Amino acid sequence: MRKHADVIFEFVSLGALLVALAALAALVFDLVSDGGSRLSWQFLTNIASRNAENAGVYHALMGSIWVIALTGALALPAGVAAAIYLEEYGSRSRTARFIELNISNLAAVPSIIYGLLGLGLFVRLMAMGQSVMAGAATLALLALPVVIMSTREALRTVPNTIREGSYALGATKWQTIWNQVLPMALPGVLTGLILALSRAIGETAPLITIGALTYIPFAPDGIWSKFTVLPIQVFNWVSRPQPEFKANAAAGILVLMVLLLSMNAIAIVVRDRQQRRGRA
Amino acid sequence: MNATPPVPASLAGVAARPGQHVNALDSPVKINVDGLNFFYGPKRALDGISIQIRAKLVTAFIGPSGCGKSTFLRTLNRMNDIIPMTRVEGTVLIDGESIYDAGVDVVHLRRKVGMVFQKSNPFPKSIFENVSYGLRINGLVKSKAEMADRVEESLRQAAIWDEVKDRLHDSALALSGGQQQRLCIARALAIRPEILLMDEPASALDPIATQRIEELIYELKKQYTIVIVTHNMQQAARVSDFTAFFWLGRLVEFDRTDRIFTAPAEKLTEDYVTGRCG
Repeated sequence: MRKHADVIFEFVSLGALLVALAALAALVFDLVSDGGSRLSWQFLTNIASRNAENAGVYHALMGSIWVIALTGALALPAGVAAAIYLEEYGSRSRTARFIELNISNLAAVPSIIYGLLGLGLFVRLMAMGQSVMAGAATLALLALPVVIMSTREALRTVPNTIREGSYALGATKWQTIWNQVLPMALPGVLTGLILALSRAIGETAPLITIGALTYIPFAPDGIWSKFTVLPIQVFNWVSRPQPEFKANAAAGILVLMVLLLSMNAIAIVVRDRQQRRGRA
Repeated sequence: MNATPPVPASLAGVAARPGQHVNALDSPVKINVDGLNFFYGPKRALDGISIQIRAKLVTAFIGPSGCGKSTFLRTLNRMNDIIPMTRVEGTVLIDGESIYDAGVDVVHLRRKVGMVFQKSNPFPKSIFENVSYGLRINGLVKSKAEMADRVEESLRQAAIWDEVKDRLHDSALALSGGQQQRLCIARALAIRPEILLMDEPASALDPIATQRIEELIYELKKQYTIVIVTHNMQQAARVSDFTAFFWLGRLVEFDRTDRIFTAPAEKLTEDYVTGRCG
């Protein structure tokens, strides 16, 4: 009887996995059949156009790269610093537990709320306007909870014997964290960062809220430049009545997916290299 | 279980053991502990420990698991500070200076009192980086050449130079367990401490690796004051000049090692070293 249950469980698990993979495969197939023919070098280098045939994603692609790079640059130091405080310096007090609970809650807040916060705080109050900086700051807020939680998880996996070994050699707390604990936690930190950025790169709602849904006839040339991003470009094309733009939208999604997958690939390579350096 | 005086009267007029070059009592007191209590939260782990540890000799702490010997060792370089909810009472003087006074620089203390742990804990970096780390963070060397010299000197002192000199930049984790432990000793020696605390340094090693560590301890005591915690009574008898026997957080007896093992003053000590209890 127990043996049967084991076999059944194995097949149910396998089935669940196949359903998930099948859904992904169907999505990719659908996108390729709709938009595959539109994918070309021109599609990447052309700018948005009234004419579906000539329209491309250049501005949106550059906008996405700018925004996501800056989001990472903002979220990584802030998230890692917050996690270090909570994990290495913070005490197990009631306040600390309250903060922890609320960080988990923040990760579940709908992204449009972050958009409204970004609009009020960055765009208006701090007068950043509808800039790359305002977009990245908004997305960084969105990414922060995930970066903090995964960094804490990574810090917790560093054995205490390493910290003791460092203290015993006359290291200060900060020297121990900087030289021993952080390098060992880095693979986990990077995984969390990429996870968070992967979510951020696909976000549309918060960026529309802060006003990135406008026709932008240029690629960003700095962090104070106006911008648009790939998901917004796709949103824009989908909402048009002409079927040719639907093909453009599918192709745009494919570009976004390739961008996302290459980010993940970079993360895996960096992580493996870090791990190999530590081990034999 | 009567409290034993910190340095028994029986110590007076002790003749040097065969093979022992220094007369134990000629050696000055390096660590002077008086009335030390230690608490993990509400639980008392050490109860009124008083002991005088002499310079450039090996002092062994023996006793059953949980008797407080490791906890006591860790109070000597304030390693327990990093465990939350712990509390210390009493005084610990090293070279006459109280190490628990307000304003004592813990970092400075740990530079003077090195430590080797039960489980070897090399950093997941190269062999060279493991040894150079303490020198680098404490700013103890001025040039790359000096760094290389100090690393070689430390590895030689820890009797591991010949085994690693051709692969200094390989990962320390590729070394065997015994080599890793000697690397950790080299790492501790690199910053030139005066006292070396060893917390069961050979308990995870095979007999041959253990023998190498013991030979090393014998060499190192020419320069360093060594305090070693051990579960292994033969090891205590082989490597140490003085032995302290702990039981339930108390120091039961402290005397010359040969006396502890041949003519202990306390019945409890005798029962323990002859294997009748613990």
